[in-house]
Amino acid sequence: MTTASATPRLWSAVRRLRTHYLPAIGLFVLGLAFWEAVVVVFDIQGFLLPKPSAIARVYVQEQSVVWSAGLVTLGEAVGGFVIGSAAAIIVAFGVSRWNMIREGAMPFAVAASSAPIIALAPIANAWFGSTNPISKMAVVAVMVFFPVMINTVRGLTLVDPSELELMRSYAASGWAILRRVRLPNALPYLFSAFKVASALALIGAIVSEYFGGPRNALGVYISQQASFLKLTNAWAAILVGSMLGVAFYLLIVAVERMVMPWHVSIRRP
Amino acid sequence: MSDATVLISGLGKVFNAGGDNRVVALEDIDLEIGPGEFVSLIGPSGCGKSTLLRLIGDLLPPTSGTIVVNGKEPHRARLDRDYGMVFQKATLLDWRSVRRNIELPLEMMEVNRAERRRRADELLRLVQLSEFAGHYPWQLSGGMQQRVAIARALAFEPALLLMDEPFGALDEMTRERMQMELMELWRRTGRTVVFVTHSIPEAVFLSTRVVVMSPRPGRVAAEITIDLPQPRVFTTREDPRFFDLLTQVRERLRGADEEPS
Repeated sequence: MTTASATPRLWSAVRRLRTHYLPAIGLFVLGLAFWEAVVVVFDIQGFLLPKPSAIARVYVQEQSVVWSAGLVTLGEAVGGFVIGSAAAIIVAFGVSRWNMIREGAMPFAVAASSAPIIALAPIANAWFGSTNPISKMAVVAVMVFFPVMINTVRGLTLVDPSELELMRSYAASGWAILRRVRLPNALPYLFSAFKVASALALIGAIVSEYFGGPRNALGVYISQQASFLKLTNAWAAILVGSMLGVAFYLLIVAVERMVMPWHVSIRRP
Repeated sequence: MSDATVLISGLGKVFNAGGDNRVVALEDIDLEIGPGEFVSLIGPSGCGKSTLLRLIGDLLPPTSGTIVVNGKEPHRARLDRDYGMVFQKATLLDWRSVRRNIELPLEMMEVNRAERRRRADELLRLVQLSEFAGHYPWQLSGGMQQRVAIARALAFEPALLLMDEPFGALDEMTRERMQMELMELWRRTGRTVVFVTHSIPEAVFLSTRVVVMSPRPGRVAAEITIDLPQPRVFTTREDPRFFDLLTQVRERLRGADEEPS
Protein backbone atom coordinates (compact mmCIF):
# COMPACT_ATOMS: atom_id res chain seq x y z
CA MET A 1 0.00 0.00 0.00
CA THR A 2 1.12 3.50 -0.70
CA THR A 3 0.64 6.27 1.82
CA ALA A 4 -2.29 8.62 1.48
CA SER A 5 -0.14 11.51 0.25
CA ALA A 6 1.76 9.40 -2.26
CA THR A 7 -1.33 8.02 -3.96
CA PRO A 8 -2.49 11.18 -5.72
CA ARG A 9 1.06 11.93 -6.73
CA LEU A 10 1.36 8.47 -8.19
CA TRP A 11 -1.90 8.98 -10.04
CA SER A 12 -0.84 12.28 -11.48
CA ALA A 13 2.41 10.69 -12.60
CA VAL A 14 0.45 7.92 -14.32
CA ARG A 15 -1.84 10.50 -15.90
CA ARG A 16 1.13 12.54 -17.12
CA LEU A 17 2.66 9.40 -18.58
CA ARG A 18 -0.59 8.60 -20.36
CA THR A 19 -1.31 12.07 -21.72
CA HIS A 20 2.21 13.41 -22.31
CA TYR A 21 4.57 10.59 -23.11
CA LEU A 22 2.49 7.69 -24.35
CA PRO A 23 1.32 9.36 -27.58
CA ALA A 24 4.88 10.38 -28.44
CA ILE A 25 6.30 6.95 -27.71
CA GLY A 26 3.47 5.31 -29.64
CA LEU A 27 4.06 7.51 -32.67
CA PHE A 28 7.79 6.78 -32.57
CA VAL A 29 7.26 3.01 -32.46
CA LEU A 30 4.64 3.25 -35.19
CA GLY A 31 7.03 5.24 -37.38
CA LEU A 32 9.77 2.63 -36.98
CA ALA A 33 7.35 -0.18 -37.76
CA PHE A 34 6.18 1.64 -40.88
CA TRP A 35 9.77 2.18 -42.03
CA GLU A 36 10.60 -1.50 -41.44
CA ALA A 37 7.45 -2.56 -43.31
CA VAL A 38 8.15 -0.28 -46.28
CA VAL A 39 11.66 -1.72 -46.69
CA VAL A 40 10.37 -5.32 -46.47
CA VAL A 41 7.28 -4.87 -48.67
CA PHE A 42 9.03 -2.98 -51.47
CA ASP A 43 12.16 -5.05 -51.06
CA ILE A 44 14.41 -2.00 -50.89
CA GLN A 45 18.11 -2.80 -51.09
CA GLY A 46 19.92 -2.50 -47.77
CA PHE A 47 22.49 -0.04 -49.13
CA LEU A 48 19.74 2.34 -50.22
CA LEU A 49 17.61 2.27 -47.10
CA PRO A 50 18.44 -0.20 -44.34
CA LYS A 51 15.78 -1.53 -42.00
CA PRO A 52 15.70 0.03 -38.53
CA SER A 53 16.41 -3.40 -37.09
CA ALA A 54 19.56 -3.65 -39.24
CA ILE A 55 20.69 -0.19 -38.11
CA ALA A 56 20.12 -1.20 -34.50
CA ARG A 57 22.24 -4.34 -35.00
CA VAL A 58 25.13 -2.40 -36.53
CA TYR A 59 24.78 0.26 -33.87
CA VAL A 60 25.29 -2.34 -31.15
CA GLN A 61 28.34 -3.81 -32.94
CA GLU A 62 29.95 -0.44 -33.67
CA GLN A 63 28.86 1.29 -30.50
CA SER A 64 32.30 2.07 -29.08
CA VAL A 65 33.68 3.39 -32.39
CA VAL A 66 30.65 5.54 -33.16
CA TRP A 67 30.37 6.95 -29.68
CA SER A 68 34.03 7.90 -29.42
CA ALA A 69 33.70 9.63 -32.81
CA GLY A 70 30.51 11.26 -31.57
CA LEU A 71 32.19 12.68 -28.50
CA VAL A 72 34.99 14.20 -30.56
CA THR A 73 32.41 15.90 -32.75
CA LEU A 74 30.38 16.97 -29.75
CA GLY A 75 33.54 18.55 -28.30
CA GLU A 76 33.95 20.61 -31.47
CA ALA A 77 30.28 21.58 -31.47
CA VAL A 78 30.27 22.63 -27.82
CA GLY A 79 33.59 24.46 -28.17
CA GLY A 80 32.32 26.42 -31.17
CA PHE A 81 29.00 27.05 -29.44
CA VAL A 82 30.70 28.53 -26.38
CA ILE A 83 33.12 30.69 -28.39
CA GLY A 84 30.42 31.90 -30.81
CA SER A 85 27.84 32.60 -28.10
CA ALA A 86 30.31 34.41 -25.86
CA ALA A 87 31.43 36.64 -28.72
CA ALA A 88 27.82 37.23 -29.77
CA ILE A 89 26.75 38.27 -26.28
CA ILE A 90 29.70 40.66 -25.90
CA VAL A 91 29.00 42.25 -29.29
CA ALA A 92 25.26 42.41 -28.49
CA PHE A 93 25.95 44.48 -25.38
CA GLY A 94 27.95 47.00 -27.38
CA VAL A 95 25.47 47.08 -30.24
CA SER A 96 22.45 47.54 -28.00
CA ARG A 97 24.18 50.28 -26.03
CA TRP A 98 24.71 52.58 -29.00
CA ASN A 99 21.77 53.21 -31.31
CA MET A 100 23.93 54.26 -34.19
CA ILE A 101 25.97 51.06 -34.22
CA ARG A 102 22.77 49.06 -33.93
CA GLU A 103 21.18 50.78 -36.91
CA GLY A 104 24.32 50.11 -38.92
CA ALA A 105 25.12 46.59 -37.77
CA MET A 106 21.77 44.84 -37.53
CA PRO A 107 20.96 44.58 -41.26
CA PHE A 108 24.32 42.91 -41.82
CA ALA A 109 23.77 40.55 -38.92
CA VAL A 110 20.35 39.54 -40.23
CA ALA A 111 21.74 39.04 -43.74
CA ALA A 112 24.71 37.05 -42.45
CA SER A 113 22.48 34.83 -40.35
CA SER A 114 20.73 33.58 -43.48
CA ALA A 115 23.98 33.07 -45.41
CA PRO A 116 25.18 29.45 -45.84
CA ILE A 117 28.04 29.79 -43.41
CA ILE A 118 28.76 26.06 -43.61
CA ALA A 119 30.27 26.85 -47.03
CA LEU A 120 33.20 28.33 -45.10
CA ALA A 121 34.26 24.85 -43.95
CA PRO A 122 36.90 24.21 -46.65
CA ILE A 123 38.34 27.66 -46.03
CA ALA A 124 38.51 27.05 -42.28
CA ASN A 125 40.30 23.77 -43.08
CA ALA A 126 42.84 25.68 -45.14
CA TRP A 127 43.37 28.21 -42.35
CA PHE A 128 43.60 26.00 -39.30
CA GLY A 129 44.35 22.54 -40.77
CA SER A 130 41.63 20.00 -41.48
CA THR A 131 42.58 17.67 -38.61
CA ASN A 132 42.71 20.51 -36.12
CA PRO A 133 39.43 20.71 -34.17
CA ILE A 134 39.81 24.51 -34.19
CA SER A 135 38.86 24.54 -37.87
CA LYS A 136 35.47 22.96 -36.99
CA MET A 137 34.97 25.17 -33.95
CA ALA A 138 35.57 28.23 -36.11
CA VAL A 139 32.78 27.29 -38.51
CA VAL A 140 30.43 26.43 -35.63
CA ALA A 141 31.27 29.68 -33.83
CA VAL A 142 30.40 31.76 -36.90
CA MET A 143 27.16 29.82 -37.43
CA VAL A 144 26.10 30.27 -33.82
CA PHE A 145 27.18 33.91 -33.60
CA PHE A 146 24.44 35.57 -35.61
CA PRO A 147 21.25 34.10 -34.14
CA VAL A 148 22.60 34.54 -30.61
CA MET A 149 23.67 38.11 -31.25
CA ILE A 150 20.44 39.16 -32.95
CA ASN A 151 18.31 37.65 -30.21
CA THR A 152 20.37 39.14 -27.41
CA VAL A 153 20.12 42.59 -28.96
CA ARG A 154 16.35 42.14 -29.21
CA GLY A 155 16.11 41.01 -25.62
CA LEU A 156 18.17 43.94 -24.36
CA THR A 157 16.28 46.55 -26.36
CA LEU A 158 12.66 45.31 -26.62
CA VAL A 159 11.86 46.27 -23.05
CA ASP A 160 8.39 47.30 -21.89
CA PRO A 161 8.53 51.13 -21.98
CA SER A 162 6.61 51.37 -18.71
CA GLU A 163 9.33 49.34 -16.99
CA LEU A 164 11.88 51.86 -18.21
CA GLU A 165 9.65 54.70 -17.04
CA LEU A 166 9.38 53.06 -13.63
CA MET A 167 13.16 52.79 -13.35
CA ARG A 168 13.49 56.40 -14.44
CA SER A 169 11.11 57.45 -11.68
CA TYR A 170 13.61 55.83 -9.29
CA ALA A 171 16.39 57.89 -10.84
CA ALA A 172 18.04 54.58 -11.78
CA SER A 173 21.40 54.66 -13.57
CA GLY A 174 21.90 53.03 -16.96
CA TRP A 175 23.84 50.27 -15.27
CA ALA A 176 21.03 49.60 -12.78
CA ILE A 177 18.51 49.44 -15.61
CA LEU A 178 20.75 47.04 -17.51
CA ARG A 179 21.17 44.76 -14.52
CA ARG A 180 17.66 44.82 -13.16
CA VAL A 181 15.53 45.13 -16.29
CA ARG A 182 17.36 44.64 -19.59
CA LEU A 183 19.35 41.55 -18.64
CA PRO A 184 16.48 39.54 -17.14
CA ASN A 185 14.33 40.67 -20.06
CA ALA A 186 16.93 39.28 -22.48
CA LEU A 187 17.12 35.82 -20.88
CA PRO A 188 14.12 34.27 -22.69
CA TYR A 189 15.43 35.60 -26.00
CA LEU A 190 18.89 34.27 -25.22
CA PHE A 191 17.64 30.79 -24.41
CA SER A 192 15.53 30.50 -27.54
CA ALA A 193 18.65 31.49 -29.48
CA PHE A 194 20.67 28.84 -27.62
CA LYS A 195 18.14 26.19 -28.62
CA VAL A 196 18.46 27.09 -32.30
CA ALA A 197 22.23 27.40 -31.93
CA SER A 198 22.61 23.95 -30.33
CA ALA A 199 21.17 22.31 -33.45
CA LEU A 200 23.27 24.57 -35.70
CA ALA A 201 26.40 23.70 -33.75
CA LEU A 202 26.07 19.98 -34.30
CA ILE A 203 25.16 20.42 -37.98
CA GLY A 204 28.14 22.74 -38.39
CA ALA A 205 30.57 20.32 -36.77
CA ILE A 206 29.41 17.21 -38.67
CA VAL A 207 29.14 18.84 -42.09
CA SER A 208 32.53 20.54 -41.63
CA GLU A 209 34.02 17.13 -41.03
CA TYR A 210 32.71 15.95 -44.41
CA PHE A 211 35.41 18.17 -45.87
CA GLY A 212 38.05 16.40 -43.83
CA GLY A 213 38.73 16.26 -40.13
CA PRO A 214 40.33 14.26 -37.35
CA ARG A 215 40.23 10.54 -38.17
CA ASN A 216 37.99 9.71 -35.26
CA ALA A 217 35.03 12.06 -35.84
CA LEU A 218 31.38 11.57 -36.72
CA GLY A 219 31.33 13.47 -40.03
CA VAL A 220 34.48 11.74 -41.24
CA TYR A 221 33.09 8.35 -40.24
CA ILE A 222 29.75 8.98 -42.00
CA SER A 223 31.32 10.15 -45.26
CA GLN A 224 33.82 7.26 -45.28
CA GLN A 225 31.24 4.57 -44.59
CA ALA A 226 28.97 6.06 -47.22
CA SER A 227 31.73 6.01 -49.80
CA PHE A 228 32.27 2.28 -49.04
CA LEU A 229 28.48 1.89 -49.46
CA LYS A 230 28.31 0.71 -45.82
CA LEU A 231 25.23 2.83 -45.37
CA THR A 232 23.95 0.96 -42.37
CA ASN A 233 27.08 2.07 -40.51
CA ALA A 234 26.48 5.64 -41.69
CA TRP A 235 22.94 5.43 -40.33
CA ALA A 236 24.21 4.18 -36.99
CA ALA A 237 26.50 7.23 -36.80
CA ILE A 238 23.61 9.52 -37.76
CA LEU A 239 21.65 7.95 -34.91
CA VAL A 240 24.43 8.90 -32.50
CA GLY A 241 24.55 12.41 -33.94
CA SER A 242 20.80 12.75 -33.37
CA MET A 243 21.06 11.53 -29.79
CA LEU A 244 23.83 14.03 -29.11
CA GLY A 245 21.74 16.80 -30.63
CA VAL A 246 18.76 15.95 -28.46
CA ALA A 247 20.96 15.70 -25.37
CA PHE A 248 22.52 19.11 -26.10
CA TYR A 249 19.06 20.63 -26.53
CA LEU A 250 17.72 19.08 -23.33
CA LEU A 251 20.71 20.35 -21.41
CA ILE A 252 19.85 23.89 -22.53
CA VAL A 253 16.20 23.41 -21.57
CA ALA A 254 17.29 22.19 -18.12
CA VAL A 255 19.51 25.23 -17.59
CA GLU A 256 16.70 27.48 -18.83
CA ARG A 257 14.31 26.08 -16.25
CA MET A 258 16.86 26.62 -13.53
CA VAL A 259 17.70 30.18 -14.56
CA MET A 260 14.22 31.54 -15.27
CA PRO A 261 11.51 29.56 -13.49
CA TRP A 262 9.31 32.66 -13.71
CA HIS A 263 8.95 32.62 -17.48
CA VAL A 264 5.65 31.93 -19.31
CA SER A 265 7.05 28.94 -21.12
CA ILE A 266 7.88 27.18 -17.87
CA ARG A 267 5.17 28.26 -15.44
CA ARG A 268 3.07 25.61 -13.85
CA PRO A 269 -0.11 26.68 -12.04
CA MET B 1 8.31 80.34 -1.82
CA SER B 2 4.90 78.77 -1.43
CA ASP B 3 4.59 75.67 0.70
CA ALA B 4 2.65 73.84 -2.04
CA THR B 5 3.68 70.28 -2.76
CA VAL B 6 3.16 70.84 -6.46
CA LEU B 7 3.10 74.31 -8.00
CA ILE B 8 2.49 74.62 -11.72
CA SER B 9 2.37 77.86 -13.66
CA GLY B 10 1.96 78.61 -17.35
CA LEU B 11 2.79 75.01 -18.20
CA GLY B 12 2.63 73.92 -21.83
CA LYS B 13 3.64 70.76 -23.63
CA VAL B 14 3.96 70.31 -27.37
CA PHE B 15 4.81 66.95 -28.91
CA ASN B 16 6.82 67.40 -32.06
CA ALA B 17 6.68 64.33 -34.21
CA GLY B 18 8.62 66.06 -36.96
CA GLY B 19 7.41 68.28 -39.82
CA ASP B 20 3.94 69.69 -39.39
CA ASN B 21 3.05 66.91 -37.00
CA ARG B 22 2.75 69.08 -33.91
CA VAL B 23 0.39 68.15 -31.12
CA VAL B 24 -0.32 70.70 -28.43
CA ALA B 25 -1.02 68.40 -25.50
CA LEU B 26 -1.18 70.96 -22.72
CA GLU B 27 -1.55 74.72 -22.72
CA ASP B 28 -1.42 77.31 -20.01
CA ILE B 29 -1.86 75.06 -17.01
CA ASP B 30 -1.84 76.71 -13.58
CA LEU B 31 -2.34 74.42 -10.64
CA GLU B 32 -1.42 74.40 -6.99
CA ILE B 33 -1.60 71.26 -4.90
CA GLY B 34 -1.11 71.57 -1.17
CA PRO B 35 0.37 69.00 1.21
CA GLY B 36 -2.06 66.23 2.16
CA GLU B 37 -4.48 66.98 -0.67
CA PHE B 38 -6.00 64.28 -2.85
CA VAL B 39 -6.39 65.82 -6.28
CA SER B 40 -7.91 63.99 -9.24
CA LEU B 41 -7.26 65.01 -12.82
CA ILE B 42 -10.23 64.07 -14.95
CA GLY B 43 -10.97 64.58 -18.60
CA PRO B 44 -11.75 62.82 -21.85
CA SER B 45 -9.02 60.61 -23.25
CA GLY B 46 -6.39 62.63 -25.06
CA CYS B 47 -6.79 65.65 -22.80
CA GLY B 48 -3.22 65.31 -21.59
CA LYS B 49 -3.92 64.30 -17.99
CA SER B 50 -1.35 61.48 -18.08
CA THR B 51 1.09 63.84 -19.78
CA LEU B 52 0.60 66.34 -16.96
CA LEU B 53 1.37 63.63 -14.41
CA ARG B 54 4.54 62.65 -16.30
CA LEU B 55 5.63 66.28 -16.41
CA ILE B 56 5.26 66.52 -12.64
CA GLY B 57 7.30 63.33 -12.32
CA ASP B 58 10.01 64.56 -14.73
CA LEU B 59 9.40 61.63 -17.03
CA LEU B 60 8.81 64.20 -19.79
CA PRO B 61 10.31 67.68 -20.22
CA PRO B 62 7.88 70.62 -20.41
CA THR B 63 7.83 72.88 -23.47
CA SER B 64 7.03 76.04 -21.54
CA GLY B 65 6.17 77.17 -18.03
CA THR B 66 7.43 75.91 -14.70
CA ILE B 67 6.77 73.13 -12.26
CA VAL B 68 7.93 73.09 -8.67
CA VAL B 69 7.75 69.86 -6.68
CA ASN B 70 8.48 70.04 -2.96
CA GLY B 71 10.09 73.41 -3.59
CA LYS B 72 12.49 72.04 -6.21
CA GLU B 73 12.73 71.51 -9.94
CA PRO B 74 11.04 68.23 -10.96
CA HIS B 75 14.39 66.85 -12.10
CA ARG B 76 15.90 67.42 -8.66
CA ALA B 77 12.77 65.99 -7.04
CA ARG B 78 13.05 62.84 -9.14
CA LEU B 79 16.71 62.37 -8.24
CA ASP B 80 15.77 62.87 -4.58
CA ARG B 81 12.99 60.26 -4.99
CA ASP B 82 10.41 62.70 -3.74
CA TYR B 83 7.50 60.88 -5.34
CA GLY B 84 6.21 57.35 -5.90
CA MET B 85 4.51 56.48 -9.15
CA VAL B 86 1.74 53.97 -9.91
CA PHE B 87 0.84 53.24 -13.52
CA GLN B 88 -2.32 51.87 -15.09
CA LYS B 89 -0.46 48.61 -15.68
CA ALA B 90 0.99 47.23 -12.46
CA THR B 91 4.39 47.04 -14.22
CA LEU B 92 5.78 44.44 -11.88
CA LEU B 93 8.99 42.77 -12.95
CA ASP B 94 8.09 39.19 -13.91
CA TRP B 95 11.35 37.74 -12.65
CA ARG B 96 11.01 39.07 -9.13
CA SER B 97 8.86 37.73 -6.35
CA VAL B 98 6.26 40.06 -4.84
CA ARG B 99 8.60 40.92 -1.98
CA ARG B 100 11.53 41.64 -4.26
CA ASN B 101 9.35 43.80 -6.49
CA ILE B 102 8.50 45.94 -3.48
CA GLU B 103 12.17 46.03 -2.52
CA LEU B 104 13.19 47.32 -5.96
CA PRO B 105 13.00 51.07 -5.20
CA LEU B 106 14.78 50.44 -1.89
CA GLU B 107 17.57 48.64 -3.76
CA MET B 108 17.91 51.70 -5.95
CA MET B 109 18.36 53.76 -2.79
CA GLU B 110 20.97 51.30 -1.54
CA VAL B 111 19.02 50.45 1.59
CA ASN B 112 20.61 47.43 3.25
CA ARG B 113 19.09 43.99 2.92
CA ALA B 114 17.67 43.65 6.42
CA GLU B 115 16.01 47.04 6.28
CA ARG B 116 14.63 46.33 2.81
CA ARG B 117 13.07 43.16 4.04
CA ARG B 118 11.61 44.84 7.08
CA ARG B 119 10.05 47.62 4.98
CA ALA B 120 8.72 45.16 2.38
CA ASP B 121 7.07 43.03 5.05
CA GLU B 122 5.51 46.12 6.59
CA LEU B 123 4.13 47.26 3.22
CA LEU B 124 2.85 43.78 2.44
CA ARG B 125 0.87 43.93 5.67
CA LEU B 126 -0.41 47.37 4.71
CA VAL B 127 -1.83 46.10 1.40
CA GLN B 128 -2.82 42.79 3.02
CA LEU B 129 -0.68 40.55 0.87
CA SER B 130 1.69 39.12 3.48
CA GLU B 131 0.99 35.52 2.54
CA PHE B 132 1.89 36.24 -1.10
CA ALA B 133 5.39 37.58 -0.42
CA GLY B 134 7.07 34.67 -2.17
CA HIS B 135 4.68 34.50 -5.13
CA TYR B 136 5.51 35.73 -8.60
CA PRO B 137 3.42 38.44 -10.31
CA TRP B 138 1.76 36.01 -12.76
CA GLN B 139 0.36 34.07 -9.81
CA LEU B 140 -1.64 37.11 -8.64
CA SER B 141 -4.93 38.57 -9.86
CA GLY B 142 -4.99 42.00 -11.48
CA GLY B 143 -6.20 43.67 -8.29
CA MET B 144 -3.49 42.02 -6.21
CA GLN B 145 -0.83 43.06 -8.71
CA GLN B 146 -2.02 46.63 -8.50
CA ARG B 147 -1.85 46.49 -4.70
CA VAL B 148 1.76 45.32 -4.98
CA ALA B 149 2.43 48.27 -7.29
CA ILE B 150 0.95 50.64 -4.71
CA ALA B 151 3.00 49.07 -1.92
CA ARG B 152 6.08 49.48 -4.10
CA ALA B 153 5.31 53.16 -4.71
CA LEU B 154 5.10 53.67 -0.95
CA ALA B 155 8.36 51.83 -0.28
CA PHE B 156 10.58 54.87 0.18
CA GLU B 157 7.89 56.83 1.95
CA PRO B 158 7.46 59.59 -0.60
CA ALA B 159 5.38 62.56 0.47
CA LEU B 160 3.83 62.61 -3.00
CA LEU B 161 2.08 59.81 -4.86
CA LEU B 162 1.47 60.12 -8.60
CA MET B 163 -1.16 57.66 -9.78
CA ASP B 164 -2.03 57.21 -13.45
CA GLU B 165 -5.40 55.45 -13.71
CA PRO B 166 -4.21 52.81 -11.27
CA PHE B 167 -7.59 51.06 -11.13
CA GLY B 168 -8.46 51.56 -14.79
CA ALA B 169 -8.00 47.93 -15.73
CA LEU B 170 -9.89 46.45 -12.77
CA ASP B 171 -13.46 45.21 -12.61
CA GLU B 172 -16.02 47.34 -10.77
CA MET B 173 -16.08 45.31 -7.54
CA THR B 174 -12.32 45.11 -7.17
CA ARG B 175 -12.14 48.74 -8.09
CA GLU B 176 -14.47 49.85 -5.29
CA ARG B 177 -12.57 47.75 -2.78
CA MET B 178 -9.26 49.19 -3.93
CA GLN B 179 -10.69 52.70 -3.64
CA MET B 180 -11.62 52.02 -0.01
CA GLU B 181 -8.15 50.67 0.64
CA LEU B 182 -6.54 53.67 -0.98
CA MET B 183 -8.70 56.05 1.11
CA GLU B 184 -7.69 54.19 4.26
CA LEU B 185 -4.03 54.37 3.24
CA TRP B 186 -4.21 58.05 2.40
CA ARG B 187 -5.85 58.88 5.75
CA ARG B 188 -3.32 56.88 7.70
CA THR B 189 -0.20 58.12 5.91
CA GLY B 190 -1.15 61.70 5.09
CA ARG B 191 0.42 61.61 1.63
CA THR B 192 -0.34 64.07 -1.12
CA VAL B 193 -1.93 62.25 -4.02
CA VAL B 194 -2.30 63.31 -7.66
CA PHE B 195 -4.66 60.85 -9.27
CA VAL B 196 -5.48 60.56 -12.98
CA THR B 197 -8.79 58.95 -13.85
CA HIS B 198 -11.57 59.05 -16.39
CA SER B 199 -14.21 57.83 -13.96
CA ILE B 200 -16.36 60.57 -12.46
CA PRO B 201 -17.59 58.59 -9.41
CA GLU B 202 -14.04 57.51 -8.67
CA ALA B 203 -12.76 61.09 -8.80
CA VAL B 204 -15.57 62.40 -6.59
CA PHE B 205 -15.37 59.58 -4.07
CA LEU B 206 -11.62 59.79 -3.55
CA SER B 207 -10.68 63.42 -3.90
CA THR B 208 -10.59 66.57 -1.88
CA ARG B 209 -10.50 68.41 -5.20
CA VAL B 210 -11.30 67.46 -8.78
CA VAL B 211 -9.53 69.19 -11.65
CA VAL B 212 -11.56 68.97 -14.85
CA MET B 213 -9.51 69.18 -18.03
CA SER B 214 -10.59 70.07 -21.55
CA PRO B 215 -9.43 68.10 -24.58
CA ARG B 216 -6.65 69.14 -26.94
CA PRO B 217 -5.09 71.38 -26.06
CA GLY B 218 -5.47 70.25 -22.47
CA ARG B 219 -6.34 73.08 -20.10
CA VAL B 220 -7.81 73.33 -16.66
CA ALA B 221 -11.52 73.83 -17.36
CA ALA B 222 -12.72 73.79 -13.77
CA GLU B 223 -11.66 72.99 -10.23
CA ILE B 224 -14.32 71.54 -7.96
CA THR B 225 -13.75 71.20 -4.25
CA ILE B 226 -15.23 67.98 -2.96
CA ASP B 227 -16.64 68.80 0.46
CA LEU B 228 -17.90 65.32 1.30
CA PRO B 229 -17.20 64.48 4.94
CA GLN B 230 -14.08 62.49 5.85
CA PRO B 231 -13.55 59.60 6.27
CA ARG B 232 -15.13 58.49 3.04
CA VAL B 233 -16.97 55.26 3.70
CA PHE B 234 -19.14 52.88 1.79
CA THR B 235 -22.27 54.95 2.38
CA THR B 236 -20.57 58.09 1.06
CA ARG B 237 -21.62 56.86 -2.36
CA GLU B 238 -25.25 57.06 -1.26
CA ASP B 239 -25.00 60.60 0.11
CA PRO B 240 -27.21 63.07 -1.87
CA ARG B 241 -24.26 65.48 -1.86
CA PHE B 242 -22.24 62.78 -3.65
CA PHE B 243 -24.77 62.76 -6.51
CA ASP B 244 -24.86 66.51 -6.51
CA LEU B 245 -21.08 66.62 -7.00
CA LEU B 246 -21.20 63.91 -9.66
CA THR B 247 -23.60 66.09 -11.63
CA GLN B 248 -21.41 69.13 -11.17
CA VAL B 249 -18.33 67.34 -12.48
CA ARG B 250 -20.27 65.79 -15.33
CA GLU B 251 -21.61 69.17 -16.41
CA ARG B 252 -18.19 70.80 -16.28
CA LEU B 253 -16.80 67.91 -18.33
CA ARG B 254 -19.50 68.37 -20.95
CA GLY B 255 -18.90 72.11 -20.97
CA ALA B 256 -15.17 71.53 -21.43
CA ASP B 257 -15.85 69.15 -24.27
CA GLU B 258 -18.07 71.55 -26.19
CA GLU B 259 -15.96 74.63 -25.70
CA PRO B 260 -14.37 75.49 -29.05
CA SER B 261 -10.60 75.49 -28.90
